[in-house]
Amino acid sequence: MIHPVMDPKLAPPFPQAALPVLRNTQLRKNVAHATDVITAKRARLVAEKSDWRALRDSASELRMHVLENLGTYLEQFEERCTAAGGVVHWAADAAEARQIILGILREERAKEVIKIKTMTSAEIQLNPFLATNGIQAHETDLAEIILQLGNDEPSHIVVPALHVNRSQVREIFARRMDLPELSDNPQELTAAARTYLRSKFLAVPSAISGANFLIAETGGVAVVESEGNGRMCLTLPRTMITLAGIEKVIPRYQDLEIMLQVLARSATGERMNPYTSLWTGVTKEDGPQNFHVVLLDNGRSEILRNERERQTLKCIRCAACMNACPVYRQTGGHAYGSVYPGPIGAILTPQLLKMEFAQSLPFASSLCGACYEVCPVKINIPESLIDLRARVTDQERQEERRFFDPLYVGMRMASKVFASAGRFRAAQRMARIGLKAFTGRDGWIRGLPGYGARWTMTRDLRGIPEQSFRDWWTARDNGKAKP
Amino acid sequence: MRASLFITCYNDTLFPETGRAVVAVLERLGVDVEFRPAQTCCGQMHANTGFQGEAFSLAKKFVKLYADAEAVVIPSSSCVAMIRDQYPLLFEELGNEELRSQFRALLPRVYELSEFLLDVLDAEDVGAYFPHRVTYHATCHGLRALELGDRPFRLLNKVKGLELAPLDHLDRCCGFGGTFSVKNAEVSSAMMTAKLQDVMATRAEFCTALDNSCLMHLGGAMHREFAAMRTIHMAQILASTREHPAEVA
Repeated sequence: MIHPVMDPKLAPPFPQAALPVLRNTQLRKNVAHATDVITAKRARLVAEKSDWRALRDSASELRMHVLENLGTYLEQFEERCTAAGGVVHWAADAAEARQIILGILREERAKEVIKIKTMTSAEIQLNPFLATNGIQAHETDLAEIILQLGNDEPSHIVVPALHVNRSQVREIFARRMDLPELSDNPQELTAAARTYLRSKFLAVPSAISGANFLIAETGGVAVVESEGNGRMCLTLPRTMITLAGIEKVIPRYQDLEIMLQVLARSATGERMNPYTSLWTGVTKEDGPQNFHVVLLDNGRSEILRNERERQTLKCIRCAACMNACPVYRQTGGHAYGSVYPGPIGAILTPQLLKMEFAQSLPFASSLCGACYEVCPVKINIPESLIDLRARVTDQERQEERRFFDPLYVGMRMASKVFASAGRFRAAQRMARIGLKAFTGRDGWIRGLPGYGARWTMTRDLRGIPEQSFRDWWTARDNGKAKP
Repeated sequence: MRASLFITCYNDTLFPETGRAVVAVLERLGVDVEFRPAQTCCGQMHANTGFQGEAFSLAKKFVKLYADAEAVVIPSSSCVAMIRDQYPLLFEELGNEELRSQFRALLPRVYELSEFLLDVLDAEDVGAYFPHRVTYHATCHGLRALELGDRPFRLLNKVKGLELAPLDHLDRCCGFGGTFSVKNAEVSSAMMTAKLQDVMATRAEFCTALDNSCLMHLGGAMHREFAAMRTIHMAQILASTREHPAEVA
């Protein structure tokens, strides 16, 4: 397998990155199966909620309200969290967040750190950074363990090892845990993971988590998970560092009522996630005695300033959009070259990078709208995709080398042609004549040169009929057409 | 009732038989059909590929051309979705108040074909005869943007001789997506293969839809693979009678 590139600054454009995945039939089978199972469960559980529409409206409005008052709620969170014994740090970008976390761990003289699944830490590429600074990070989420031991990368934000099947997990565990007799029985696999994890939980006194929600009212943090391994990280270590994007805040404790309902149903197709951990600052002689929150901006403020794209930050990372996406279903997550794949990744990743990288992602969609349909906070992803396409196109048009790019030439010509009906009619005739050489006796085109080959590589194209509709209409008006 | 047919650029050029069929159905139902020859394209291709300025020019052209039309009928779901969902955003960003109010006045009179037949003419039975096994592809814009719902099925159910074959995963995209089909040709083709499996499993003779763009993609693949199925726009099924059976390319 080709190792996936997850740094958007280095990743190849989506169409190229998708090629190795499209050839990997096992991976595609795993992804299609897993997403089909989750979407079916989600659909069932959403259908049983008679007030789903109202819940979704509330969740959407609540998230938008937060974004419109983000400064206020963040300051409130900082104040309450500090009062409860936590230490709040502000990180403008990934580098600053990494330095803050390294500083805290150095103070602890940590050589190892255990982690609850956090995609934000992958966004700032924390693990490799800690490793080069002599600190070994151990993932404790089952999926993340599979990826860490298998030297693989996450392909999904809720189910990071979605592209790996059970027998592949067995192979990784058998090899890395030195258990040659291990079977692919799920109970045996989880037992192996448990033994591996217990040694870490009991020995490593520092932990890193992400956050599903930061509660402004109480200064508390909420993390939801399925396995209980996160709960272990939240109780056993001496020091806990929570890394959270600034958009993760919600106003009140009570708002969890709405958010947890829509999140669990959308993410895993469950009425409630198995473990919901809530903690506020430090509790004497119970749980971590040093608690830090690192609030990460890393491009988010800039998205917030753009009124039309602000909705991107409503996201609660449920991944319903990627599960529903027919593009993701074919390619899985690695092709997106970012820790945030799928439709939300296609709008979030380039914006986090100020539209300087990942410009191919907004085009990695057929605009089918399945993502918007399932989004529990009503992010109109297709609309954002189109907006971002316009921004990418505006950028690219400034580049001289794009001037002769066949797509750009074609779009410019089409614009001139569509500007007048006379020109359009002339173009229809020219196209008919031009394509004649490629049209077979049955009226179909089997192969086109240049850019057209991108169509005919898998599809024939019907040749242009002798009479356009408009010519037929004119002829009919003159009483000359066939009925 | 007078209806102005906006045929759309690709139907005009590649699928004139669809336009002829729309004229036949509407005239059979007593509608006075007109065709304004100044029309070209709604701008969807430019808008969805990021060429906002060009799309805006075409959107403006559309609004001016049909400002006085009694009704505009369009046999292409995605072009109607372009007008309904994207024109407002384009006009908000690049237009002026005069254009916006002209558009607001026009929009309620812009119809997709099945909407016009059912919501305006209330003609569930259009008197069609098409003795074939047919499966219906919902198309994403028809399904999610226009929310056509059961309209296409109500129309097809009244076609004499037609046997409707249900399609699995009706809400799954076929992978066309306009310029996506060439910009991301490999992924688009992989999506098409998945869709074709469901379509071919219906063992229908024809796959129909209210949008020729998806059908161009699916039909092109069927032809490439010598499949025992062809695509046909629903207008052609609805126009088909015993005396004048559908033209099938």
